[in-house]
Amino acid sequence: MHPHELWWISLIKAALIVNLVMGAFAMTTWLERKLLGRMQLRYGPNRAGPKGLLIPIADLIKLVRKEAFYPDSAHELPYIVAPVVSCFTALAAFSVIPWGPGWTIDGYYVAGTVVDVPISLILIFALGSIGVYGFIVGGWASDSKYSILGSMRTCAQLVSYEVALALSVLGVVLMGRSLNLVDIVAKQQATLWFFVPQFVGLCVFLLAGIAETSRPPFDLPEADTELVAGYHTEYSGMRWGLFQTAEYINMIVLSSLCVTLFFGGWHFPWVHSLDRFGPIWFLAKLGIFVCIFIWLRASQPRLRYDQLMRFGWKVLLPVATVNAIVTALLVVWV
Amino acid sequence: MSALVPNTFKGFGVTLKQVFKKPITQQYPEFKRAVYPRFRGRHRLWRHENGLEKCVGCSLCAAACPADCIRVVAAENTPDNRVSAGERYARIYEINMSRCIFCGYCELACPFDAITLGNDFEISEYNRDDLIYTKDMLLAEPIKQVPVADAELYDTPIPYYKSNS
Repeated sequence: MHPHELWWISLIKAALIVNLVMGAFAMTTWLERKLLGRMQLRYGPNRAGPKGLLIPIADLIKLVRKEAFYPDSAHELPYIVAPVVSCFTALAAFSVIPWGPGWTIDGYYVAGTVVDVPISLILIFALGSIGVYGFIVGGWASDSKYSILGSMRTCAQLVSYEVALALSVLGVVLMGRSLNLVDIVAKQQATLWFFVPQFVGLCVFLLAGIAETSRPPFDLPEADTELVAGYHTEYSGMRWGLFQTAEYINMIVLSSLCVTLFFGGWHFPWVHSLDRFGPIWFLAKLGIFVCIFIWLRASQPRLRYDQLMRFGWKVLLPVATVNAIVTALLVVWV
Repeated sequence: MSALVPNTFKGFGVTLKQVFKKPITQQYPEFKRAVYPRFRGRHRLWRHENGLEKCVGCSLCAAACPADCIRVVAAENTPDNRVSAGERYARIYEINMSRCIFCGYCELACPFDAITLGNDFEISEYNRDDLIYTKDMLLAEPIKQVPVADAELYDTPIPYYKSNS
């Protein structure tokens, strides 16, 4: 399908994308504070650098320098590995997300993705599931009752909503006739961006996705105002920072998945000649979704736990299932 | 249940509206909000117009202090070493600012109006020892000046802070 890409080009591209995603993560923390501040009639960070833009760096220095203690009774290996696993899986999901049509630079072919696997969508969900282990194992290995309760909450929520999340994209897979994100994007451009025919799927995907990344109003695993801190109660310093990084990158992954599955990925609407600037359009769409996430955080109160469970199992799951079945029937018969 | 969905979206409108307003945060070190005229801040010891200290070392302020942060050691005035207007003067007068609760009882207890509370509130230090103010420091004119609101605004039938809130 593609011309052959040299291995070292893939390697450079991987390094570039990891750094780009980390940069996007830093910008997201800044944007979140700034936007949240403005929505609450505050300025947000405005001391570190112009407009407070250096605040992520200040945070990083603070976290790295902070003492990373761990409880005496903690199970050392899983305790240390857990945040690394969460962060790694979150970052790894970006390996299959298409950034552009592929370019030929100086005779070398550069593909739009780092790796083009035929089941990339399943890969992302599988990586997400492994990432959940980080949260659960981290809470368990801390050997603290607050952590274990926090990780049980996280576990219950993430497992419940993962079902609805996976079912909601089934419609897209059926319409795109592929599990490959590159093919799905191509199909959208050839027909219609999937947010129109799959509007129900989009709604379910967004809601389940917010719960899956434990962002407000579904932030029960952390619930800043009610709990000690959830599964990362006993973490500090950069280990805690890695969990936080994982959460934000999960949010970015989810936003980019939403862009890829429903909003035409890196394509620019209508004007095909602008498609070679794919990454720009992709990042622009991504930014809009990140802003929506932050807006949601500023606007909505947290759910109660029983409301969360009822909403997940009794509303989202049936709606996602019906959406998948109806889409399947339409795809077969129409 | 029927109002749930529109009300949910109303919330988004409320937060979005705030983005376009000017934040109400006062940027503190650059902008100092005026304290009200009777704000109790850093203490000040006073002199008579002829240069003699008003304090006579009676220790009533120390007795009245609930935080026990004032230390007075008195000494007799002599004809060739006359410090205060009374019989005795305060040889040592110290206020431990890290203990002071700024209640103003010392001011009330003083029979000669020798000690008053000023308006300065920016008195933090890096060292606890620096927070023990000696007599010389208290007698000197305060270095920092804090903006103070006009007393006229407060001593009116409708005070400024009520008509503006």
